This record gives sequence, C-alpha cells and structure tokens, in this order.
Amino acid sequence: MNGFFDHLAFGLYPYMAVAVFLLGSLIRFEREQYSWRSGSSQLLRRRQLMVGSVCFHVGILFLMVGHAVGLLTPAALYGLVITAPQKQLLAIVSGGAFGLLCFVGLSMLLHRRLFDERIRATSSAADIGILALLWVQLVLGLATIPFSLGHLDGSVMVRLSHWAQGIVTFRADAASHLEGVGFIFKAHIFLGLTLFVAFPFSRLVHIWSAPIGYAVRPYQLVRRRGRNARVA
Amino acid sequence: MKVRAQIAMVLNLDKCIGCHTCSVTCKQVWTTREGVEYAWFNNVETKPGIGYPKEWENQERWKGGWKRKRNGRLEPRIGSRLRVLAKIFANPDMPEIDDYYEPFTFDFAHLQNAPESKAMPTARPVSLITGKIMEKIEWGPNWEEILGGEFEKRSKDANFEGIQKKVYGEFENTFMMYLPRLCEHCLNPACVAACPSGSIYKREEDGIVLVDQDKCRGWRMCVSACPYKKIYYNWQSGKAEKCTFCFPRIEAGEPTVCSETCVGRIRYLGVMLYDADRIEQAASVEHDEHLYRAQLDIFLDPSDPAVIAQARADGVPELWLEAARHSPVYKMAIEWGVAFPLHPEYRTLPMVWYVPPLSPVQSAHEAGHVGWDANGLPDIGKLRIPVKYLANLLTAGAEAPVLLALQRMMAMRMHMRARTVENRIDAEILRGVGLSVAQVEEMYKVMALADYEDRFVIPSTHREYAENTFDLKSSCGFSFGNGCSTGGDAGANLFSTSRTSAGHQAPKTLVRRVAEHAPARTREEA
Repeated sequence: MNGFFDHLAFGLYPYMAVAVFLLGSLIRFEREQYSWRSGSSQLLRRRQLMVGSVCFHVGILFLMVGHAVGLLTPAALYGLVITAPQKQLLAIVSGGAFGLLCFVGLSMLLHRRLFDERIRATSSAADIGILALLWVQLVLGLATIPFSLGHLDGSVMVRLSHWAQGIVTFRADAASHLEGVGFIFKAHIFLGLTLFVAFPFSRLVHIWSAPIGYAVRPYQLVRRRGRNARVA
Repeated sequence: MKVRAQIAMVLNLDKCIGCHTCSVTCKQVWTTREGVEYAWFNNVETKPGIGYPKEWENQERWKGGWKRKRNGRLEPRIGSRLRVLAKIFANPDMPEIDDYYEPFTFDFAHLQNAPESKAMPTARPVSLITGKIMEKIEWGPNWEEILGGEFEKRSKDANFEGIQKKVYGEFENTFMMYLPRLCEHCLNPACVAACPSGSIYKREEDGIVLVDQDKCRGWRMCVSACPYKKIYYNWQSGKAEKCTFCFPRIEAGEPTVCSETCVGRIRYLGVMLYDADRIEQAASVEHDEHLYRAQLDIFLDPSDPAVIAQARADGVPELWLEAARHSPVYKMAIEWGVAFPLHPEYRTLPMVWYVPPLSPVQSAHEAGHVGWDANGLPDIGKLRIPVKYLANLLTAGAEAPVLLALQRMMAMRMHMRARTVENRIDAEILRGVGLSVAQVEEMYKVMALADYEDRFVIPSTHREYAENTFDLKSSCGFSFGNGCSTGGDAGANLFSTSRTSAGHQAPKTLVRRVAEHAPARTREEA
C-alpha cells in the first residue's frame, strides 16, 4: 500500500503538477492577462518590504537555480569536477546560507502580510496562502539539513537526483528511487510539487515575466495602430 | 527629418481660478475604482507648496526624469537598465501611499443609525484601504489649498531655488497661483524608458502615452521615473495607471474631459508637428536653461511647404496638417511665445504647456508701488509672483522668456484697453514687445475671449486607414483590460483576480450599457 501512495505522489503527481503548471500558465496568459502581475504591495507599506523582499528574492532565486542544477545534472557530468559527498556538502553549505537569507526575508514578508493592517485588509486568500505555503516549504527544506548532516556520503542526494532525472526522462520507475528516503525529504518534495500546482493560480506567474529583455531594449517605444503595428 | 504629430495642451494659468472642476470631472470618469481612489490623473495645486504627492518636484528624493551623463548621453535618473532591474524587488525611489494620502470616505450611515443622544452624531472618516475609522486625516490631495498650512512646510517647494524665500512668508509679501497638473505626454517619456516589461508606449498618430494594461506586470519603475509623479500604481489590480488624455474622446475629435469642463476656459488643445529625429538631441543639450529653446526648435512650422511634404510622406493625414495650421497651441507656444513647458529640466520634453500668470501689478502700479519700464509697460519684474519663481517652474530658471511673455500679455491688455475704452491705438507698446496689431488682436481672441472653436482644434483619428472594421466584427470592443475575458474585475474566477478590500467602502464601477449614444459633435473631413 505504501508503494501505491509513493507511486501516486512521486511517480504520477509530478506529471499532473507540471501539466497544471504549464497549461494553467498558458491559459491564464492567454485569457486573463490583466491578472498577470507581481502583485506588489509596496505602495501601501514600505516597512519590512524593503529588506524582506530583497532577502527573500535573492535567497529564493539562488535556491531555485540550485535545485534545478543540483537535481538535474547527471552524475557523469558533475563527477568530472567533484564527488557526490563533496557535492552534497556544497549543497548543504550554499543552500543553507541562502536558505537562511530567504527565511529571514520570507518571515518578514509573511509577518507583514498577516499583521500589517493595510496589507492584511488588501490581501486575497491566494496572497496569504502562497506565502504560507512557501514558508512551510522553506522550513521543511531547511529542516532536511540536520538529517543530511547525519549521512554525509551523498547517498540520499544521489537518490533524490535519480528520482528527478527519472521524472524528466519519463522513467516509469522513478518513484522507486525514493524508497526508504526520510519522511522530511518526501514532505519537501510533495509540497514542492504542490507549489507547481498553485503556481498558475497565484501571483507566482510573475516569475515567467522576469524582464530580462529590458537590459537590451531601446528606451523609447512607439506603437502604430493597426496592421502596420511595429515597435520603433 | 521625420515628421510626427501630437495633440498638445496649453493651460492659461492667468485665468485659472482653482475651482477643481477639471480634477473632479476627470476623477468621475477615470478613477472612481477600488485601487485608484487616491489617484488624481488631473489635480490642481496651490503654489508655492510641496504638492501631490509630497515634494514631487524634489528629484533628489524621487529620482524622476532624465539625467545627462558626462558623455552627453541621457539616462533615467533612477539609473541604468541594470540598476533598474536591481531595484525590482523593492524600489527605494517609490512614494508610499501616505505621500499621496490615505483615501477615505465618511461613515454617513451613522448619521441615520445613531441612537438618540444629546450631541449631534458625526460622520467620521473611514479608510478606503482598511475600512477602519481614521482618527485624524493628516494629508489630502489638495492639503495646501489657497496657502493652507505653514509657510515653513510649503516653502520646501523646489521652485524657490535661488530665491531668498523667507520674505515671501511675510503676510504682506505672500503670493500664490494655481497649477493644474496632468500627464505631460512627453516626447521623451521617462516612464516608457523605465518600464521593464515594455508596457508603456507612445502612440505614433497622436502622441498619447498609454499603459498597456494587459502587458503591465506591476514592476513600479514608471512611478519613480515619471518626474511629474503622474503614473499611479493601482493597488487592487497591481497595474500602473495614468492619464489617457481621454483618447476615446480625442479620437472622435472631442476635447479631453478636463478641457471640456474647464469653467475658466483656460485649456487649449491643438496639433503640434515635431521632428522625431531630433528628440534625443533636444533632450540632451548641456545646460538646463537651454532646454526650453531646444524643445521649441524641434517643433515644425505647419505652413512650411517642406514640412508639409515630409509630413505627407511620413503618413500624417491631411486633416491633421490642416488642424496644425490652426493650432492654438502652436500660436501660444511658438508665434506669441507665451506658453512654456513645465520643468523642462527633467528632460522629458513635456507636451502640456503653461501660460504664466500675471499677478497684481496694475493695482500695485496705480497705488504707486510699481514704476514703468522702458517700453511704457508696468515693471513686470516687480510682480507679486517673483519672475524667478515662474522661471524655475517653466524654463529651468531662464527669466528672459518668461518676462517677455508676461510683458506681451500686459501689452495685450493695455492695447485692448486703449482701443476699446480710449479709442486709440498705442503702437509704441506693441513695438516694445515685438507684436503686431494683428497678432495682438488674435491673441486677444484666442486667450481672452477663448471661444470653443478657438480653444479646441482636434482632428479626428483616421482609424479606417489602419483597421478594417469587418475584422472587428463580433470582437469584444472596449473592455477593462483582460481582452475579451468575462471574468475580469467583476466576480471571482479561477485566477484569483478578484480582490476586495476589507473596506468595502470603495466605490464600485457601475457598468451601464447605454442604449442609444447620440452622435456628438464631429468634424467632417475636409
């Protein structure tokens, strides 16, 4: 029975989550673009946001990239540079440092959202929910560190990355890599997948719109009406 | 040369009575929605004062407009592109809502529901953000109305630069003027340049600067970059909103709501032709005081055959060229030189211009306080409003053009008085200020009488060239952002677009379908 739930949560749920994530984003972009926004509340209250938001964003961006690279780089590739135990140590140290930074920022933001009168009054359920979800997920992620310190041989990390690589390469047995992995890791993965599900329904969609192109854009934009429309 | 046309505005401050009709009608049309209760696309300030939002002219603080780098290139004052991106998580140069004011209504229901008591019940202010009673209203969009508040605070006004301002705090020397403000629809807009998602744009056909509501992601850099603080962040929708120059009206050949309803008839709308190739050059001249002249130089003479030929080649419709030749804005800004841009030193090349106000000089003269100058005019330099103050506001500190404009307006008055009351023509006065009798008579017609047809010369947009109406069949028409989606603002939907403040006091938009729309006054194509 345990195997059934493991397979459901870590073998099938990832595909459902990614499907909702991609399709949901596409539909929202196409049908509800007016709702596509970062949802900043800076106008209503600067306090706690200036420090909190920067810490949170810098931290979480590092963690996002770290997870993607760490989980999806094949052993054959990183093996050329470092060994698995070294890689795990690197992940613990850097992830721990940026995780802590992110935790400080996110806690400030969550506190502000819940206890600042103006922010609370203008928050939707999704605004609060997504912050709370991220906070719990971050705490779970940080909580894995003491466990990881218990087995510095990198074996758990290798199994986690086998699972992730199994998922993205459509291996039916991907979930089997997580057998025997600690509950806290599984909870962290499950909640992480849930974040993908929540993504299109929350303000997280603004991640898609990270304005990288601005760095090379000409300053002035002029639009011409109609068929001859162009950007000058 | 690349000829582009823009509908520009002039406000004759000499006639502004500070009635706020423009602000109120604008608000009724555009910003009575949740999230923008605090926003006034048009507002009227009493100067001197720090204005709305607080100290908007202090660019050391808010970093609006452009700055000229050592190499002569322009860069938004908020920073280079990378610096803008670095500020995206938390924008240090953005005003908080308290810098505008916390929007409020009053608890009117209490007047009806209060139990019997010895004292009269009162309607206390209620915040439109939190929905809670506000103990005290500390600030509003027009807190300094008619010099309200202490001089100490008002004198932070940036236009006092280079003026020994202390003396103007004394009752006998105090002065004031009204300054109605709206988006300047600049030729070199800093908001457009600062928008990371590229959602703000200038329309080629009429120069109106708009925010693409679908494309805006709420990065809030435009709020900082606009030196006039005329882009507002809608805290409900998370999008930037700004004055639209009432584009649906302009397209139909009608004046903006603020212009139409101006009871003092101080607003003018007309076409200006300019050379789009020289925008950057004009905006980046070295000295601030030269910016007014540089902007004048890129405007083109609509009667010049070479300009007309190039304009036709660049696709400016014939009706627009015709309108440009009758443009009241061109007359006031170029021919008579009595209208000026607001704060040209921001280097955005603004397109809403102002005629400076004369202040009581005639009566002061009659009381023997003011002498005559060499031209036989009352000494304008002794006006109640210091010329330096007006110059700081309108020409980046260059006094000569403002002085000449005031002298011309004074000469117009004296000429008309001499002609109509004393039945004589005093050519001496006009010669001194470089105007012909014909010019001053037209000035009088446009600026003093200000008939509707003289104030508003607006060609309608030729949509038919650009759009095939057959393609628009069954499309959604005007909608509130969000394309044809029916979810939108109204109800809850899948993507959490509906957010209601706890206040519930906010005026909700009522969308009424007008069955019959009587065709308004339209100008037929010639």
